[in-house]
Amino acid sequence: MKDYKHSVSLDVSKCKGCTTCLKRCPTEAIRIRDGRAVISSARCIDCGECIKVCPYKAKKATHDPLSCINDYKYTVALPAPSLYGQFDNMDNIGYIIQGLRDMGFDDVFEVACAAELVSAYTRLYIKRTNIPKPVISSACPAITRLISMNYPMLCENIMPILPPVDIAAHLAREKAKKEHPELTDEDIGIIFISPCPAKVSYVKNDFAGERNYIDATISVRDVYFELIDKMKRRQDDEPLDSTESGMVGIGWASTGGESTAIFNERYLAASGIENCIRVLDQIDNEDITSLDFVELNACSGGCVGGAMTVANPYIAQARLQILKRYLPVSPNRPVSEYIPDEFYNENEVEYNPYNLLSEDRQTALRMMADIESITEGLPKLDCGSCGAPTCMAFAEDIVKGETSADECTVIMRMLFHEYLEQHKEKDKEQEVLRKISAIKEGKTQKPADE
Amino acid sequence: MSNNLNFHFNVDGENFSSAGEASVVVKKKLRQLGFPPDIIRRVSIAMYEGEINMVIHANGGDADVTVDDDYITIVLKDTGPGIPDVSLAMQEGYSTARESIRALGFGAGMGLPNMKKYTDSMEIDTTVGVGTTITMKIALNK
Repeated sequence: MKDYKHSVSLDVSKCKGCTTCLKRCPTEAIRIRDGRAVISSARCIDCGECIKVCPYKAKKATHDPLSCINDYKYTVALPAPSLYGQFDNMDNIGYIIQGLRDMGFDDVFEVACAAELVSAYTRLYIKRTNIPKPVISSACPAITRLISMNYPMLCENIMPILPPVDIAAHLAREKAKKEHPELTDEDIGIIFISPCPAKVSYVKNDFAGERNYIDATISVRDVYFELIDKMKRRQDDEPLDSTESGMVGIGWASTGGESTAIFNERYLAASGIENCIRVLDQIDNEDITSLDFVELNACSGGCVGGAMTVANPYIAQARLQILKRYLPVSPNRPVSEYIPDEFYNENEVEYNPYNLLSEDRQTALRMMADIESITEGLPKLDCGSCGAPTCMAFAEDIVKGETSADECTVIMRMLFHEYLEQHKEKDKEQEVLRKISAIKEGKTQKPADE
Repeated sequence: MSNNLNFHFNVDGENFSSAGEASVVVKKKLRQLGFPPDIIRRVSIAMYEGEINMVIHANGGDADVTVDDDYITIVLKDTGPGIPDVSLAMQEGYSTARESIRALGFGAGMGLPNMKKYTDSMEIDTTVGVGTTITMKIALNK
């Protein structure tokens, strides 16, 4: 696997080296070294959990700046459906679409519309008999990466159809070229408004391969503040635009939305990375059977819980419920039952054993034996003071030569107390010797008789 | 290899919600050791089923996983009620699990058959009233 470009980064000046992110990282990708957090590129899945929990706001999602709109002659905004749930007292998605145009986008292509197509294709795909079940959604890139690292046998369960954002980008580009034949490919900027860093990484690493039609990714948060201002100016008029999506497409923003759109009850929808890991463990053990479809969202509540959003995920979901109330079920439908080739992901998800101790089995076994015996001697408090999330992870780091055993503050404290005790003994001895010699030299009076 | 690698787990019979966690730990370790995915899955499923059985029927027990040059060996030892009729217990669908366990989706009578199916050998040493020890082996060089 080629080098992975991440979208979660650290502001060194803000990081205090506390252990909050260390303890919350689901893949144990973080260590504290020299008093600040270090993220392992091989282990990070860009879930954004550390961004959400950092008390000093030192963890950041990196994405393109809003100014990237100026880099292209013609720009199309691809708003994720989660954007619609960010605004209070909003009763018409048309205001948001209008606002995006007012921000300077030449056109808007809703990801929710493409999501409805993906739902239709999913319904077709899961009816096939020659595919591994349950089919796992390909929409959350943090989950796809997690599966590629930890669940080799489930890689082929991931749906091979591209996520809605890629299909939206493809269709948006085609539409722009059709409406403006004078534009070249370079003139057109397809700009995705993303709720999370995992999607930014997904685009940066070309996971859709040749079929990556997205040129830049900006954050829901950046767009939010700009949009609020633009929408205020038009709040008294009816919006000129309206949504072309239906209930199904907008439903994708929160957990369960994608699943309910398969229109059968043999699905499972989980959100929150820890829940997703538990579900994957059980599917891997063939312990959950008779499921057609599994939707897993790394963020609690689904995409509305992304680290680049503004609103609380459950408040956003409540707003979306109201926004989609009088919309048609699913107005975007494929023209035929044939799933076009260009909507498949060219890249299969491959197993990437990131935590392999050594290519050589004997060496790996020896290292594992060392890890076990070192762990045995550690306090098992998993306090994180050594810079590793658990005592076991610390032992692994020692064996890999990445840290040294004296980083364990619990053991060091114990040794320090022993040292002090020994010195107390020595001090006492010396005090006695001093007294004896003083008596010998007659400098001190003998103790008075009782 | 001079040293066999051994992992020991105390399977807690009091806490049903933690059942299956030892198999997750073993899976992680086998991945770190670079075993092929199909071997990892077989060990993990056999271990998982055994672990669940120990919790449901025997109030927990001890699980030991040993890795040597030729085999991964799983030994599950409990001091539970024992299995009165092993050949009956080995039949697919045969179950003595309580209704409350079945309601959770367990007790389908596939535990022991699956353990046999996913391993290369399985020995059951059981005495009613004393306990059960199950030894499963998965060959590494087939």
